[in-house]
Amino acid sequence: MMNTMLLKDEVQSLKQVPLFAGIPPAKLKLLAFTSDRVSYGAGEVLFRQGDVGDAAYVILSGSAEILADSPNGPIKITELGTNSIVGEIAILCDGVRTATVMAAMPMEALRIRKEIFLKMLADFPEITIEVLRVLAERLSHTTSELTEARSRQRNS
Amino acid sequence: MTPSMDQRLGHYIWTHTKRQQIWILFIVALSMIPYFLSFDLPKQIVNGPIQGKGFETAGATQTFMRIDFDMPLLGHVVLFNGLELNRLQTLFALSLVFLLLVVINGLFKLYINTYKGRLGERLLRRIRFELVDRILRFPPSQFKRVKGAELASMIKDEVEPLGGFTGDAFVQPALLGGQALTALIFIFMQHFWLGMVAAIIVAVQAVLIPRMRQRLLVLGRQRQITARELSGRVSEIVEGIATIHAYDTSNYERADISARLGRIFKIRYDLYQWKFLVKFINNFLAQVTPFLFYCIGGYLALNGRLDVGQLVAVINAYKDLPGPLKDLIDWDQTRQDVQVKYVQVVEQFQVDRMMDPSLQALSKAAGDSRHPLAAVNLSLVDDSGARLMERVSLQIAKGERVAIIGGEALAEAAARILAPEAGRIALGGDDIWDLPESLTGRRISYAASDVYLFSGTLGDNLFYGLKHAPLKPPTYDGEAAIDHKWALTEARLAGNPEYDIKGDWIDYAEAGADGPDKLFRPVRAVLDAVQLSNDIFDLALRSTFDPARHPQLADHIVDMRSALRDELEQAGLRGLVSMFEADSYNREATVGENLLFGTATGLSLKGRAIGQNPYFRSVMDRTGLGPRLFRMGYEIAENAVELFADLPPDHPFFQQLTFMTPDDIPEYQQLLQKLQGKSFEEASDKDRYKIIKLSFAYIEPRHRFGLLNDELMAKIVEARHIFHDNLPEELESEFERYDAEKYMASASLLDNVLIGRISHKHADGAERVRAMVRNVVNKQGLYDDVLAVGLDFDVGAGGRRLAVTQRQKLGLARALIRRSDYYLFNRPLPGLDHRLQDDIVHRVLELVDQASEKPALIWVLSNPSLSGQFDRVVVFDRGVLTADGPPETLAEKAQGRKERVSS
Repeated sequence: MMNTMLLKDEVQSLKQVPLFAGIPPAKLKLLAFTSDRVSYGAGEVLFRQGDVGDAAYVILSGSAEILADSPNGPIKITELGTNSIVGEIAILCDGVRTATVMAAMPMEALRIRKEIFLKMLADFPEITIEVLRVLAERLSHTTSELTEARSRQRNS
Repeated sequence: MTPSMDQRLGHYIWTHTKRQQIWILFIVALSMIPYFLSFDLPKQIVNGPIQGKGFETAGATQTFMRIDFDMPLLGHVVLFNGLELNRLQTLFALSLVFLLLVVINGLFKLYINTYKGRLGERLLRRIRFELVDRILRFPPSQFKRVKGAELASMIKDEVEPLGGFTGDAFVQPALLGGQALTALIFIFMQHFWLGMVAAIIVAVQAVLIPRMRQRLLVLGRQRQITARELSGRVSEIVEGIATIHAYDTSNYERADISARLGRIFKIRYDLYQWKFLVKFINNFLAQVTPFLFYCIGGYLALNGRLDVGQLVAVINAYKDLPGPLKDLIDWDQTRQDVQVKYVQVVEQFQVDRMMDPSLQALSKAAGDSRHPLAAVNLSLVDDSGARLMERVSLQIAKGERVAIIGGEALAEAAARILAPEAGRIALGGDDIWDLPESLTGRRISYAASDVYLFSGTLGDNLFYGLKHAPLKPPTYDGEAAIDHKWALTEARLAGNPEYDIKGDWIDYAEAGADGPDKLFRPVRAVLDAVQLSNDIFDLALRSTFDPARHPQLADHIVDMRSALRDELEQAGLRGLVSMFEADSYNREATVGENLLFGTATGLSLKGRAIGQNPYFRSVMDRTGLGPRLFRMGYEIAENAVELFADLPPDHPFFQQLTFMTPDDIPEYQQLLQKLQGKSFEEASDKDRYKIIKLSFAYIEPRHRFGLLNDELMAKIVEARHIFHDNLPEELESEFERYDAEKYMASASLLDNVLIGRISHKHADGAERVRAMVRNVVNKQGLYDDVLAVGLDFDVGAGGRRLAVTQRQKLGLARALIRRSDYYLFNRPLPGLDHRLQDDIVHRVLELVDQASEKPALIWVLSNPSLSGQFDRVVVFDRGVLTADGPPETLAEKAQGRKERVSS
């Protein structure tokens, strides 16, 4: 019941997130203040695949599972731990969620609303570059996987 | 009611008030007797008892009140022999008679004025009603031309002087004309030629002055029209205010208003100049007559051709002429003024193709069902003359489900919003324009997206379409019955209808209910069908209600608190709501809420006033909480300034700052500097208030500055107890404390169910709690009661307190709740997303299917893909019917059309 984590602790957490590494602590405090602090029980869903993306989440404690729908039910893609950010991509492309995120254990998170996140991107190019870097990494990763899959298909 | 209004005001007044006018003329004539008697009396008193005429000898007496006269045939008749009174007695007797005459004259005046006033007010009521009645019968095209505010200003202001004039319309000229004529005859009797002089001058006045006033009338007409246009423009500004702001055109509007006011000023100033010029000439002419008397009469007298005594008598007689003459001329001025106003107004209400009154005759029963609804060779054009429909013929039979694509104009024509250019819309073979509204307005239910809601509650609007006639008159007893009788008589005398607005107008049978208490079933069905129930439910949760109005609900809600708690417990969501408990601090509520532990209902504990309230201050002093909260507020200010100081005021982050506005930041920045290092005691009263105010809004889990600890929370709870225990009586009524056993009238329904605050920690906490409350309310069978509270929600002017989509859904519900033969929906929900529209169409079709009368449903779709749910689809392309048939066969064609449109 007692909520021990305060703004200043959240700032410490945000500092650990690579995306926000270059941001001065005062701005991180502002980001924390303008975001909502939310908690989830194990198995509770942050958002579902296909929802409209309206916020990004920074995991302050606990961990979350990323699930993708498949014809045979949801498949776990990966698990994210403390100080990771999730859900920022759907905000950027005004799109829908590409995966479902579920709390794997009791979890605390900071919910950064879309307009706040976009404003941060506009105010701090460092964040934008970091987001671009992550996106580019994912793209090259996906491309190499695709190439691999295609060559396998051809060989079989 | 006359089919066209009388253009001549005098005639109009005479038609409606002739009996009263004759009566008042008679009374006025009667009142002349004591009036003239009282003229002669002062002379008698002065000459008689005071100066002693007739009392020359001591002990002399005079006969008083002897009534005798000569009658032809009968000779001398003595009715009353009179009293013999001495000088002093005569003085008193005559003085008493004088007093009596004063009273009688006063009473006559009172009666005449009251009577005239009532006459005028009745006529005003009649004409105002008649004008509104005509608006109700205007053809639809008329409303594209007139501005509502202009009509309102005509009915409210422009006809107002008519009331005042009515009473004087005939009495005044008769009275004044009589007086003037008497004076003139009197002059003639004294001396013929001098009489002729006076008569000529009067004739000049009578001819010249009205001529000069022609100009005044023209100006008066202009003044009226410009003033009316001004009120039209003002209402346009109000209605278009969002557009004005959006395009920064406020100064354009200022310029326009200024120009209009300038024009009005010029007209009014012109008017003044003329008015006083006319007055001057009038006065001059009035004074020329005595000049001529002195000059010519004096000359004649000096020459010995006129007796001096005669001249004096003429001059004396003349003094009675100008008064009535001037009043008569003033009366004529008013008459012309009012006549102009009247004609100006009546012209605006003289419209071609006005609906016949018989079409709107009050009818308790709806007209008989007629089938089919058909367009026959129908052509429609818009105002610019562009073709909307080209010779369309179409029949819709009983019970059909028809989707129309591209046929908005057709629907408007069937709803009598658009009059056909050629051809007609027929219901059972007759043109709908010739059928009474009690048939067309009930057998057809129309809804479109531009829903107009009347100010009032949501329920009033939902049932609006059921109010055709006062089905159950209200019962009056005692004083109310007398009042009601009076109201009826007055209404009749002013030509107003006698339908009682206080009666029950709702036609329950039309909604498929047996009576008021059965109405809720159809209401629920309809609201569910258009998916408005949850919206209204949420409105109810957010609103407060008077427990006296729904006493059972209030009790049940108190009982529901524990049920909700159990429900939360079972769902493992105990932490979702943090309850208010008398002995503990509620972390999810503000410091202020925790301190007061209740809602301030009166002014002395609200907002700024609480800081000034002596009792509250004494509690703060006693507990020593003041300095603590001051320190807390100071830290909050520091944090806020640190976080927000260098952000521009329009930055979106400010949304999160609940306890300050962007404008407050610099102010607090200065305040912090000023208060740096200062203690609570050193700060001024005003500064203390500003700082402590911040602490009141603080919620730890939300703001997370880390300012609360167990000790401080305990202290706040302690202060709460002290505040409650010693609350003075006068504050008792201004404050309602949180009480788990009682309904709090000042708190919202949701707050009452929760008696707590929704935790900030849970994502979508508010949504989940609402869903849970809905669930519990449903389980307890209270859903309808809560919905009833929601129906009491005031929708505001034009329904603006509701969202656009809610308004549209309500518009649809308002049509659906009526049992009709034809439901005609003209793109009623364009704002909704596709999935929701699909769902609502589906549910509405289901609802209509259940009706025993097998009504037809005609739906003009904004989304052609929904047509699959209908039996028949009719497609129009640029006003021409291109396809008509079941949806399957039309699917291909529709596809083709869509491609054409999108290419």
